[in-house]
Amino acid sequence: MVLIRHFEEHAAEAYAQAKVGGFLHLYIGEEAVAVGALAAARPTDPLLTHYRDHGYALARGCDPVSCMAELFGRASGLSGGHGGSMHLADRSRQFWGGHAIVGSHIPIGTGMAYAAKYQQRDDVVLEFFGDGATGNGIFHEGLNMAALWKVPVVFICENNLYGMGATLAEESPVKDMVIRAEGYTMPARQCDGMDLLSVYQTVKAACAHARAGHGPFFVECITYRFRGHSMADPELYRDKEEVRRWRALDPIPRFGQLLIAHRICTEQELTAIGEEVEAEMLEVVAAADAAPLPDPATVSDLIYANPIDPARLAAGPEAVAGPIRPAVAVAGE
Amino acid sequence: MAESTYREAVRSALREEMLRDPQMILLGESITGYGGSYAVTRGLVDEFGPQRVMETPIAEAGIVGFAVGAAMGGLRPVAELMTVNFALLALDQIVNSAAKFHYMFGGQWSVPMVVRTVSGFGQLGPTHSQTFEGWFASVPGLKVVMPSTPADAKGLLLSAIRDPDPVIFIEHSLLYSTRGPMPDDPAQLVPIGRAKRVREGTDVTVVAYSRMLLQALQAAETLEREDGCSCEVIDLRTLRPVDYPTVAASVRRTHRVVLCGEDWRSGGFGAALLAELQDLCFDDLDAPIARVAMPDVPLPYARNLEQALVPSSDQVVQAVRSVL
Repeated sequence: MVLIRHFEEHAAEAYAQAKVGGFLHLYIGEEAVAVGALAAARPTDPLLTHYRDHGYALARGCDPVSCMAELFGRASGLSGGHGGSMHLADRSRQFWGGHAIVGSHIPIGTGMAYAAKYQQRDDVVLEFFGDGATGNGIFHEGLNMAALWKVPVVFICENNLYGMGATLAEESPVKDMVIRAEGYTMPARQCDGMDLLSVYQTVKAACAHARAGHGPFFVECITYRFRGHSMADPELYRDKEEVRRWRALDPIPRFGQLLIAHRICTEQELTAIGEEVEAEMLEVVAAADAAPLPDPATVSDLIYANPIDPARLAAGPEAVAGPIRPAVAVAGE
Repeated sequence: MAESTYREAVRSALREEMLRDPQMILLGESITGYGGSYAVTRGLVDEFGPQRVMETPIAEAGIVGFAVGAAMGGLRPVAELMTVNFALLALDQIVNSAAKFHYMFGGQWSVPMVVRTVSGFGQLGPTHSQTFEGWFASVPGLKVVMPSTPADAKGLLLSAIRDPDPVIFIEHSLLYSTRGPMPDDPAQLVPIGRAKRVREGTDVTVVAYSRMLLQALQAAETLEREDGCSCEVIDLRTLRPVDYPTVAASVRRTHRVVLCGEDWRSGGFGAALLAELQDLCFDDLDAPIARVAMPDVPLPYARNLEQALVPSSDQVVQAVRSVL
C-alpha cells in the first residue's frame, strides 16, 4: 500500500511536469482493495481491472520502473508505450489489463473464466470495476453469463461513491451494489474497502467459493478516492468536509496501527518502510525518465500477431485454380 | 468435382475444425436447438455438446466480450452474431477490445477469435437490411473477410479460425443456398488477404465481393454478348487487408475499373477502395473509376422500393458502359 501511495504521488508530480500525458487516474485512498484482494487470491489467478490500474499492477508484483516507464510513454513500459496509464498489462503475472471503456472487461473476464473451467484449470478470475460500471449494459451481460454458466470468477466492485462526477444517488437506484448480484442469483458480500483485512477476508471466501466450482461471487468494497477522478478534475461535485472525513479512514495508517497494536512492527519500522519506499521511488522515476522512447519506425508493428502482406501473397501463384464455375442459386430454398 | 451449398460449406468448416481442434468452441443466439437463424449450425450441438456449442443470451456485446476472453484464456471461439445489424451492439468489444489488445498491450497476447455474421436483405426493413463491412474494414487490428462462393467460404473460414488475430467473417443471407464446386482436398485453406481473378478479360476490371460477385459475373456475360466487351472480374474476398497488388495489376492491363458493393455510397467500403485505387492506379486509368453501390437511403420494406435500391447486375452493366 505504501509503495502504491508513493508511486502515485510521484506519478502526479511527473504529470504536473508534463512527463506523463493524457489522463492520470490516481488510486490514492483505495489501496486496501487491490492489496487485500490480490493477497487473498493466488498470484496465478487471472486479473482484469478498470483503468485506475496502477495499484493492481504494483500489488501483483509488476516492476515499478516498467509501470512508471509506461506512464512516461517509453519503449520499456509495461505495454511498450502503446497503452499508457489506463492500459497496463503484464501477462507473465496474469495481469490481463487495465481496461478503459467502462465495464467492457466484465464479459471478457467471464470468458477467461469459462476457458479455465473448460480446460479444468483451478484458476479464479478476478475482475475489478467501479460502481459506475454497474450502470452499463455490458456489466449485466457479463454477470448474466457468468451466473448462467457457473464460471469461476470473482467480481469485485470498488464502490468509491462516484462514477466520475456523478454521485451514487445520481447514477444508481440502489445504494448497495451487492443488490445488483441478486438478480443473477449470485452470492454477494459487502466489505470495508478502507480496511485491508476486511477486503482480504471477504475476497478469500469469495475465491474459495469460485474455486470450489460453485460459480461466480460478487464482492462490494466501500471505498473512497482521496484525489479527483483524474488529474483534470476540479472536484466541484463533492465538498471538502466529506473528503476530510474519508481521509481520516486512510487504509495505510489504519493498517499500521493494527500492526503496532499486535506488536508485529513498531512505529519506527513503519516510518523506515515509508522512507525506504520513497527512496526507491526516486530511483524509479529517474530510471523511467532515462528509459528510451519507442522507435517511430516500429509504430506499425504489433497491430497483428500475424501480419498479412497482400503484395507477398500476390507474388505467388495466380489465385485462379481450375475451371471457373460461379456459384448458382438453388431454386426453392 | 464435389459440390456444396454455401451454407453446407460454412457448416463443414466449423464441424471439421471442431473435430481437429478440441479448444474450438461456438457460441451464439439460438445456435443449438434452433440450429442458428440461417441453419448453419444445425446438428452441431448434438455432435459436440453444449460445452462447445453454447447457446447464449441475446447479448451481442456480451457474446463478443466473452469470446475475446475465451480466446485470451486459450480457446478458439467462433461467435455467431445473427446479422451484421446486431453486430452494432457489439462494436465496442470488436473495436476496443478484439482489435486493440495485441497492439495496446505491447504484443503480449493476441485475440484468436472469429465473429461470424451475416449481411443481406429481402423485405426485412431498414434495421435488418444493412451491411457494414466498411466500418469493420476501417479498423486496424481486424481482418475482414466476405466470401462469395462455397469453396471460399470454407477455405477462408478455416484460415480465419486458425489465424491468431480477430477476424470478422461476413456471410450473405442470399448466398446460403447457392451451390458451387468444392476442392478435392476438404481441408484446403484459402489465404486471407488474397483476391481472386474469377474471370479474365481485357477491357475493364470489375471488382466485387460477396453477393455482388454473382451480379458482376452475370453482367460480364451480358456485356460480352451484347457489347463484345471483355470484363475481367476480381473477387476481393478479403476486405482488410485488401489485395491491392492483384487489383492494380489488372487495372494496368484494362485501364478501366468498376467497383461493386452493397453498402452505402457515401463513406462505404467502395468509397475507401476508390480513394486508394486512385492513388495506386491514376496513371493507368483511361476513365474515372465507376461505382455500383447502395443509394444513401435506409432500405425500405416494400418490395418494389427495395428492388429499386439494391445494386443489381443491370447496374453493373450500366457502370461498365459508362467507363468504356
